[in-house]
Amino acid sequence: MSMPVSPEKQSTLSTVDILSQGMVINVGPQHPSTHGVLRLILTLDGEQILHCEPVIGYLHRGLEKMMERRPYRHNVPFTDRLDYLAALSNNLGICQCIERLGGVEVPERAQYIRVLLMELQRIASHLVFLGTFGTDLGATTMFLYAFRERELVLDLLEECTGARLTYNWIRVGGVPDDLPEGFGEKVLGFVKTFRQRLEEYDQLLTRNRIFRSRTQGIGILPKELALAYGTSGPVIRASGMAYDVRKAAPYEVYDRVEFDVPVHEQGDVWARYLVRMEEMRQSIRIIEQVLRDIPDGPVQTKLPKVFKPPAGIAYSRIESPRGELSFMMVSDGSPNPLRVHIRAPSFVNLSVLPSLLEGTKVADLVAILGSIDVVLGEIDR
Amino acid sequence: MIEVVVQFFRDYPLLWTFVKAVVLASFTLLIPLAVIWVERKVAGFIQSRLGPLHVGPQGTFQTVADALKLLLKEDIVPSGADKRFFYIAPYIAFISTVLSFMVLPFAPGWVALEMNVAVLFVIGVSLFNVVSILMAGWSSNNKYSLLGGLRAVAQLLSYEIPMVLSVLAVVFYTGSLSLTGIVEYQVKHGWLIWQPPIMIAALIYFICALAEINRTPFDLPEAESELVSGFNTEYSGMRFAFFFASEFANNFFITAFAAALFFGGWDGPILPPIVWTFLKVFVMIFVFMWVRWTPPRLRIDQILRFAWQFLVPVSLVNLLFAIVLGVR
Repeated sequence: MSMPVSPEKQSTLSTVDILSQGMVINVGPQHPSTHGVLRLILTLDGEQILHCEPVIGYLHRGLEKMMERRPYRHNVPFTDRLDYLAALSNNLGICQCIERLGGVEVPERAQYIRVLLMELQRIASHLVFLGTFGTDLGATTMFLYAFRERELVLDLLEECTGARLTYNWIRVGGVPDDLPEGFGEKVLGFVKTFRQRLEEYDQLLTRNRIFRSRTQGIGILPKELALAYGTSGPVIRASGMAYDVRKAAPYEVYDRVEFDVPVHEQGDVWARYLVRMEEMRQSIRIIEQVLRDIPDGPVQTKLPKVFKPPAGIAYSRIESPRGELSFMMVSDGSPNPLRVHIRAPSFVNLSVLPSLLEGTKVADLVAILGSIDVVLGEIDR
Repeated sequence: MIEVVVQFFRDYPLLWTFVKAVVLASFTLLIPLAVIWVERKVAGFIQSRLGPLHVGPQGTFQTVADALKLLLKEDIVPSGADKRFFYIAPYIAFISTVLSFMVLPFAPGWVALEMNVAVLFVIGVSLFNVVSILMAGWSSNNKYSLLGGLRAVAQLLSYEIPMVLSVLAVVFYTGSLSLTGIVEYQVKHGWLIWQPPIMIAALIYFICALAEINRTPFDLPEAESELVSGFNTEYSGMRFAFFFASEFANNFFITAFAAALFFGGWDGPILPPIVWTFLKVFVMIFVFMWVRWTPPRLRIDQILRFAWQFLVPVSLVNLLFAIVLGVR
């Protein structure tokens, strides 16, 4: 049954028929709170969700196949369109994979610059989460506050890379150019403002009782389930698992900077929110250390015009703001990859949604979905 | 000159009633323009942005432009809608608001209809609003609207009870069911807000008022993020405008009602009474907006639990105190 029966038809039906069925409601792909073109088919009993079936694929572009038809280094711009809120992370992911495949060394300064950009990107991405999460719960003001600060990060990234959303800035063998003059001071200036603003967010949301009652104990993801589904990033860290690729398998210079991996045991929406808030603070710590320790030197390794890595398989993984982002590339010695596979964190994290939603209220749907923080560009590829 | 005009209308009572009705209905349609503009400016201020700026000085005519746009829009009725209910719902909402404005005293003698049971009348007609929301939600042939409508009815009915109980406290305290009578009592004996049982009643009234006019944290019936604006999703053009206008006019009314009940209505020094009424109303509207743009919204079960497990018992006990203390 799709709709409550109109009064004219009602007289011909017995009331028993009407009461016994759940209402099927279609959320998305054009719905403000599905964060993109995600579609959820919900079966409701009043406000209670009985069943949820996510439908994906509305943004499928066949990126993996397209990559097989292009030389390795031409594939970097494609990755901007995966997780469009953290394009730099995707750039790094594919470049790392190609570097492993071809055995390319990256100069030290370039590695520091990469880490700096990654953490700025993480802050920008988590700010989008914070803003949209606030709007999902009805705190519209949070959205404007978070985007006000994201604007500052985007200004910094624009000064460095020339773009604000699709950066295409990481290159195989380093970064294309050095940091602009006086960039370090500007970043430190931002860090100083941002520290105060984080305090402001805590006042507005974290300490708000209504916000707590909307998030605490909602959408609990047990550790076993989180592991079984292979979730990663803030989602698994909020379920009590201290897993962060930056610590588990350090890449670039993450083994030389000090930072903590925030972990919470509860596994609810509230814990996932707290983990992300704490991660922004840790990102600030990393940024400050990188700016202190960054050495002088070249930022790019010279590579041949036609880049042909030896035949073989390479796998790389990084900690994107959403979780473990992996690239796998198979080379047959030709200029084009034979096969590319992308393990998108959002795709894996989204797979837990149906089990989280069963038995919750419709109003919790947006809170739970928002707390998983998916980006559809990455899920559909 | 004015006396002549007034005398003319006094001679023809039916015409006089008609004039009053027209003035009242236009007021109910026009006051939302002002309230919405204030809302946008306050929201802009809270969200560190500017709000409307370009249409007229400080964007004052932005809402007028929006109203004109709504006027020109196509009137769409969704297929499968229950047409009769769909057509009539916005007008019922609007009429219920105009009716409640009818008994509101703006200043001494400035009341469209002097009624000795005005408080009862207001409570009665404000319930029409619930009916109109349910009609709109049901007849739209849209599941989101239906959910919004059902939520609205559950919420509004639950909060109507503590609200009425807190208003009853004032009635028992002053011994009058007439709004003018209540205000005159306060002019004589001082504002009721300073009396302990009424103070609590005013607080309960304030919380319920937030729920009655669907404002954060109680804006569930039109929760934008999950229900895509709920019961009025399918409405466009003037029908939507009537819903919107009645909501903001209700916002004005519910604060004006509170001003009359708790804050002495038109009572105040130096300034003319009508200015005092509007001053009190807009201060309260500002507080409402302040609340609206700060916290997130509650969930339906939390809202209902709060009403039935906290507000209803507290307002009942409070009513008892008001009766005991009010007896002279």
